[in-house]
Amino acid sequence: MSYQIPKFRHPGLPVNELGYTKAAYEGSISTLCAGCGHDSISGAIVRACHELSLEPHKIAKLSGIGCSSKTPTYFLGKSHGFNSVHGRMPSVVTGAAMANRDLLYLGVSGDGDTASIGMGQFTHVIRRNLNMVYIVMNNGCYGLTKGQDSATADQGSAGKKGDVNPFSAIDLCSTALQMGATFVARSFSGDKEQLVPLIKAAMSHRGFALIDVISPCVTFNNTPASTKSYEFVREHAEATGTVDFVPMREEITTSSRPGAAYEVTMHDGSVLRLYEDAGDFNPLDRRSAMMAMMNHQHDGTILTGLIYLNKNSRDLHDVLQTSHRPLNQLEEGELCPGNKMLVNINASLR
Amino acid sequence: MKPTNIKNPEYFHKVVDCQYACPAHTPVPEYIRLIAAQRYSDAYMINWYSNVFPGVLGRTCDRPCEPACRRVRVEEEPVAICRLKRVAADNKDDISDRLPTVPKKKNGKRIALIGAGPASLTVARDLAPLGYIIDIYDNQFAGGGMMRSQIPSFRLPLSVLDEEVNYILDMGINATFDVQVDSLKEVLEKDYDAVFVGTGAPRGKGLNLPGLEDARDHVFLGIDWLASVAFEHTDKIGKRVLVLGGGNTAMDCCRTSMRLGGEDVRVVVRSPFEDMKASPWEKKDAMAEGIPFYNNHVPKEFVIEDGRLKGMLFEKVEALYDDQGNRSLVPTGEDLVFMEADDVLMAIGQENAFPWVERDLGIEFDKWDMPVVDRTTFQSTNPKVFFGGDSAFGPENIITAVAHGHQAAISIDLLCQGKAVSQRPPPLTNLASQKMGVHEWSYDNAVAPDLRYPVPHAPLDKLLKDRKLEVELGFDVATGYKEAERCLNCDVQTVFEEIRCIECDACVDICPTDCITFTANGPEEELRTRLSAPSTNLSQDLYVSAELPTARVMVKDEDVCLHCGLCAERCPTGAWDMQKFLYNVSRATA
Repeated sequence: MSYQIPKFRHPGLPVNELGYTKAAYEGSISTLCAGCGHDSISGAIVRACHELSLEPHKIAKLSGIGCSSKTPTYFLGKSHGFNSVHGRMPSVVTGAAMANRDLLYLGVSGDGDTASIGMGQFTHVIRRNLNMVYIVMNNGCYGLTKGQDSATADQGSAGKKGDVNPFSAIDLCSTALQMGATFVARSFSGDKEQLVPLIKAAMSHRGFALIDVISPCVTFNNTPASTKSYEFVREHAEATGTVDFVPMREEITTSSRPGAAYEVTMHDGSVLRLYEDAGDFNPLDRRSAMMAMMNHQHDGTILTGLIYLNKNSRDLHDVLQTSHRPLNQLEEGELCPGNKMLVNINASLR
Repeated sequence: MKPTNIKNPEYFHKVVDCQYACPAHTPVPEYIRLIAAQRYSDAYMINWYSNVFPGVLGRTCDRPCEPACRRVRVEEEPVAICRLKRVAADNKDDISDRLPTVPKKKNGKRIALIGAGPASLTVARDLAPLGYIIDIYDNQFAGGGMMRSQIPSFRLPLSVLDEEVNYILDMGINATFDVQVDSLKEVLEKDYDAVFVGTGAPRGKGLNLPGLEDARDHVFLGIDWLASVAFEHTDKIGKRVLVLGGGNTAMDCCRTSMRLGGEDVRVVVRSPFEDMKASPWEKKDAMAEGIPFYNNHVPKEFVIEDGRLKGMLFEKVEALYDDQGNRSLVPTGEDLVFMEADDVLMAIGQENAFPWVERDLGIEFDKWDMPVVDRTTFQSTNPKVFFGGDSAFGPENIITAVAHGHQAAISIDLLCQGKAVSQRPPPLTNLASQKMGVHEWSYDNAVAPDLRYPVPHAPLDKLLKDRKLEVELGFDVATGYKEAERCLNCDVQTVFEEIRCIECDACVDICPTDCITFTANGPEEELRTRLSAPSTNLSQDLYVSAELPTARVMVKDEDVCLHCGLCAERCPTGAWDMQKFLYNVSRATA
């Protein structure tokens, strides 16, 4: 058993605009089961952050409890991290984001942490449109406690024990659309070509960005009867379209191909392009997105790719008109403006 | 690309860079692991079977394996493969009971070996256990050839050479020493079933410069002078010595001069320092003994005063290279440089010479007056006569001579059995999983940055007083272990079985050096542009699987694979497995 990744890297690794190779965004060696989809998502996060030339110390990764919530140890080893309480990651992110709006908040959660114990927190953080990326590593089972069905397990699906799940599933993307999410995407851990641009787009989105990533549990839920197995997802996934993400700094003409159905300029100036092949579906229209979700559920296929994006998203800071500077940069005089200011405030409330 | 055929033994052989680069294809990682396990005798025997002279080569090998070592692709210096070989030789137990038994009853076939150098001795070693009657003829008083006459004792102690030469001569070989073979015809007339010529490249080249006639008593050919020192005919040299030439013989000449009374010993070379033919470590060792190199100096004439050698004149040149990299040495126009000298040693090259081979024996000679020899079988155009070592294709090195000897032995054996010498037996290979349990391997798969350990030297003041005192002390057991642990175990192969793969990407994510990619197939050149990491080392193959369910293929660039086994550890289905590939060059077998 290897407890460490060798320190050697490929000598020809490309460097990003900060001069870093991918290695600067890696973490410790994973202790998850071999073949766990979560490790692929970690790899996609590493790639996305490297390609976006993010400064590792400007990222905070937060998680709840579960296999999924262990993963922040396995990526972004030089970033801030907080492994919080089961299902309560959104509150902790809310607090952190309110105190310091300059960091990029990456929440990592699982289907249990989000759709069961954390369902209340999940829906409310969406309502508030907190500026964060929320990745659900969704394997439809409780891998850490021996693979019981989770709330996202599809009705009729069966894991390793063979018991068929009798309950209807919570669809996190549909729930997010209902709650008013401004960025909703679904992907698959085994498809980095789709996942990496989606993570990059989510990181550039101002507001709450959900990516529900189906991530097979190789140990308990990668069976022929499971709807969250590698094989089932590969056979039943239908992409809304391929996604190209062009970061703001890059010349748009260089890396993108022509024929985009949708071209969205993100809040930070980067461009998201969607190449359409899903009929009359419009990812900029919430009703169209919801309709597409329902249609695919009805057909028994899994809709992946970018599902919905609100270009005019106003995040929680905008709504609450919070300080533009992080609290840790405010001077004592600004934090405690004195008795005269207090008198004025009190007078305005009379 | 077509799926890689890993059943072709040469595919995985090429991945073991050191073994592939070795002319004798010694299974290097296999014996390095045995050294780490302190199984020195076992490590020695692997070497002995493959390269015949582990103790000699552990000190003197040209080490083509080391520049090839995979470690130089991620760290500055290769594993000290050569010096580890010496660790095995130094620490082994008595191995005489492990040597092959030689049958008392011979097979009736008589073979003559002319010259008792590394090539001939290898032929003898391979054929004697098969029952052949072997007669060796050599003009020196003992076996070893150039290993005895040209390699100074401070690099190769006589006891080491004698031990390994005698392992072979003790196999009931009929050796006739101190005899000069003047006629191949006479040898052939003795009705041998085959004759092997391993007479080396015995003729030193000289420079016929103005003044040579008068300087003759103080000008020597390098290899002849080294031989006369080795055979104790010469025990001193003048205080001021000029050594002409930049190869390994020049390095041995200058260092030997320092030990025989030379005080101002200089190496004067036509070429720039970087172009000198000597191995880098030999240059380094000579410089460490305080010997200066004068590069870009072309010898012009011997300066004679009162009928005695006073010194030499040199022209300073500059090396210019054209687009093809061809070098020309252009005079700088400066005044000629005078250097004083009591003695001059010329070590500018050596060549083969066959005045004793009659030209009417059916042996064809080419336009350079060299015998025409087949590069695979080492057979000449006379089916009974074989050439090997330096006498086959000109000066090379010991390990090449050994490799020639093995192949010539196969040919002779085939010839004597009445089989076609072109039908070479296949190599002996074995591929076996190293899995010991869940995520446990039989080899040390952890890879860490670890710089090469230097070999300690004896103190210089003592060395210069005793030409027989060995310079290198060799690794002690503890350092040998540490150096052995630097080996990346390239023979433990990453074997991929596509029908087990579920394309979960776990191997791609864990690989520290980004060797693995799952992508659509394509022609090699184009495929290389789509891999996870730049694929620029075209000398390294791509390992390509058959098509997977998603219509992609697995492509692994062998270039900087660390053989750390993490792909196999993280594979949930055992599609990757670490399997040890043992490759033994085909050998003469009865």
